[in-house]
Amino acid sequence: MDLIGALGKGLGKDNVALTTVSAIVNWARLSAIWPMTFGLACCAIEMMATGASRFDWDRLGLIPRATPRQSDCMIVAGTVTHKMAIRIKTLYDQMPEPKYVISMGSCANNGGPYWQYGYHVVKGVDQIIPVDVYVPGCPPRPEALLYGIMALQDRIREKSLLDDPREDRPRAEAPAEPAGQLAEMAG
Amino acid sequence: MSGASIIERLVAQLGLAEGSCESDVEARDPWIRLPNDTLLAAAEFLKANPELDFDTLHCISGVDWPGDDPPAVEMVYHLTSLTKKHWIVLKTRVGREGGSLPTLETVWKAANWHEREAYDLFGVRFEGHSDLRRILLPSDWPGHPLLRDWEWPETWHKIPVKAGRQMTDRAEGGQMTGVGPFD
Repeated sequence: MDLIGALGKGLGKDNVALTTVSAIVNWARLSAIWPMTFGLACCAIEMMATGASRFDWDRLGLIPRATPRQSDCMIVAGTVTHKMAIRIKTLYDQMPEPKYVISMGSCANNGGPYWQYGYHVVKGVDQIIPVDVYVPGCPPRPEALLYGIMALQDRIREKSLLDDPREDRPRAEAPAEPAGQLAEMAG
Repeated sequence: MSGASIIERLVAQLGLAEGSCESDVEARDPWIRLPNDTLLAAAEFLKANPELDFDTLHCISGVDWPGDDPPAVEMVYHLTSLTKKHWIVLKTRVGREGGSLPTLETVWKAANWHEREAYDLFGVRFEGHSDLRRILLPSDWPGHPLLRDWEWPETWHKIPVKAGRQMTDRAEGGQMTGVGPFD
């Protein structure tokens, strides 16, 4: 019986439940993945549908947050242009550990239809930030995104508290340098 | 009003010789190719004349002709009168390297962003424009990518620009990737 089932049966009331710290921390983490409110293109429309009443990702504990400081997860929903890549890298760096990235849709996975001739599109968001889960589709249906979220939950469940979350994270090939770009935007 | 009579009035107003400008009045969108020093006068006439009343500039497109003599970028202006329900296309050619046109921002405010886009992607300069910066690409982007001889940079701020290894190749090469269809 897993932890949630045990609590549901009232095991906690008169009895003792044994578990590991990792299991209970992971349970907390994977039950409240707070993604950043953040969409780039048409995938964001499907992401909104996933959050709305028919699919309702709140069932999985997802509550969109309006700031990277409160977010666990970045759902990169849409085409990542070079201009946007700098901002994405900055937002990712502002998120506290442990943090996860879901790459949603073909554009974010590898550039999608812009693979060959799209001079303005980054060939996959994993060129700038490490990605935990790739969701294929153009755009993916809400079911696919929900599956991706559950895949991320499985990934979190496997972690031990002793692991450094940065250790086994897939590395981005080339970290972007945000030099000057944001200053330029401000001016 | 038909495309033929619009073009007829325009040519008469500009004082151009009959037949000196290439045009096609039978086309779905009737067009005329004007010398670029008459562009501003043409735009002002089309906007101000009450019978023509071209109140809308739809878009400014660019076509690169590097093989022509002389090599040119052609700017294409789609104009419509919403009140008179007629439309016309103006074309004009400008030098590829450092060519410039008068801004039409003073005639149609919409030209502001369109001209910035044309400058961004084709490198055409618009004299008198109030704020001629890049509009779509980052300000430090190299060159103007819709010119046919534009050369792709390898990287921009260390991010690869050219298509590189596909994810499958990277995964098979032993690089760790996340959970997904490519595992």
